[in-house]
Amino acid sequence: MKRKTSGLSKFYMGLVLFFLYMPIFVLIFYSFNESKSRSNFTGFSLKWYLQLFQNDQLLSALMNTLIIAVVSSVAATILGTMAAVGIFSLKKWARSLVMNVTYLPIINPEIVIGVSLMLLFLLFKMEFGMLTLILAHISFSVPYVILNVLPKLRQMDIHLYEAAQDLGCSPISSFFKVVVPEIMPGVLSGFMMAFTYSLDDFIISYFTSGAKTQTLPIYIYSMARKKVNPQINALSTIIFVIVLVILLLINWNDSRKEKQLKLKRREQI
Amino acid sequence: MKSKVAFLPYGIWMLLFTIVPLGLVAYFGLTDEAGHWTMSNLIRVSDYAYVFIKSIWLAVVATVICLIIAYPLAYILSRISENRQRMMVMIVMLPMWMNFLLRTYAWMTLLEGTGIINSLLKIIGIGPLNMINTAGAVVLGMVYNYLPFMILPLYSIMTKIDGSVIEAAQDLGSNNWQVFSKIVLPLSVPGITTGIIMVFVPAVSTFIISRMLGGNTTMLIGDLIELQFLGNAYNPNLGAAISMVLMVLILICMTFLNKMDSEEMEGMLI
Repeated sequence: MKRKTSGLSKFYMGLVLFFLYMPIFVLIFYSFNESKSRSNFTGFSLKWYLQLFQNDQLLSALMNTLIIAVVSSVAATILGTMAAVGIFSLKKWARSLVMNVTYLPIINPEIVIGVSLMLLFLLFKMEFGMLTLILAHISFSVPYVILNVLPKLRQMDIHLYEAAQDLGCSPISSFFKVVVPEIMPGVLSGFMMAFTYSLDDFIISYFTSGAKTQTLPIYIYSMARKKVNPQINALSTIIFVIVLVILLLINWNDSRKEKQLKLKRREQI
Repeated sequence: MKSKVAFLPYGIWMLLFTIVPLGLVAYFGLTDEAGHWTMSNLIRVSDYAYVFIKSIWLAVVATVICLIIAYPLAYILSRISENRQRMMVMIVMLPMWMNFLLRTYAWMTLLEGTGIINSLLKIIGIGPLNMINTAGAVVLGMVYNYLPFMILPLYSIMTKIDGSVIEAAQDLGSNNWQVFSKIVLPLSVPGITTGIIMVFVPAVSTFIISRMLGGNTTMLIGDLIELQFLGNAYNPNLGAAISMVLMVLILICMTFLNKMDSEEMEGMLI
């Protein structure tokens, strides 16, 4: 099989990467700029980073974001895993009905979901804030957990579960001893998805946060509206570095696992 | 497994947080302020037909550009050696992990009148060009933000294309164009439709990109909805009616791109 990358391919890949990274690198570069200018580099300075760490509004927005992400993703994982197990045991027509409703929040534009939840909270006269944000985040992330867990349930050998019961396990303990370990990878990837989507969400949060509570993306939006604000550059740099480190770690971990697998296979031969 | 009880909490949740809210959108869209049934909101939506046309047009342009850029890239990615593939895909996807507001802000600073592109152009003796607050800037923002959503489904479908099928075609005398049009393209159609939906839906309903890069020049459906709920034009009934039309529009677009079955959706989620 032809596996060599041609020069043209490399050039094309380079071009797309330039397009993807150039704006981010420009932000990073100017985050060290002494002046507010975004075209002249007047001198090296870390003052925007210092300002960032003294920015109470930003720190409280960050705190809110983390609380919401942890609470909503844990809740969504529990609810979604239970739901997947339940859906798996439904009759065919009921299952396809439920799945169609489950896809609604994924298929619909985020702005429609945001608006619909806003109307719901208005109807119940709930005060907009942390609670409404958490409820909104749970409802947009549950479908992703379900979609990650269901395939694992399908792949599982149902006879194992029955065998456990034949050997004297109660239905509940055989569920935790047999089913849970089998679907765990799906549960974890569902959780990770729920967590990152919650951290990153702006549109749905924008409609369900009210005037007082800010999440990090909402705060970024209010910063960006004031146009010139080098603190955003500093924040982007920090987020970029964090994301880079996390992805490198995941990548490193995956390739290490793969190497171990290959070694094992070789030993077996 | 008989575990229907496990379904109960989600059943209630689904009813309360998916069906009731969407029902509320329909209810608001079909009633006036006093709660009487009326079609007037839906009729008023037609006053904004130009906003719909503009949104759809810009989203279509952005989707086509994404497809053109992403298709060759996804193919190249799927054909490089496996150990380098993972690294390259990670590098391509990394910008997606930054919040889209930051990415859009980055383009704001690049495109503005005194921005870096204009200062570079000045050195060559062109400009300053008026780039920000144009429809072109909005399309650029859409392409930049949603390009990974096109690359990912295309890439995952192309890794599934068996290399030996391509070799067989070559052995049987196909030239590069025939290999592409008879094998790669037909086999990648599910990835194309998923990619189109994943780019078109957020692009047609965005309101931040248009506001940050389009200034006041480019009003899109998303902006219109946002204005009715959180802006000065407060009118949730009209906003709900516009949302309904948007939902129907996307539904039509999806059936047009004919059915994405549940298995494809699962594949799309990485």
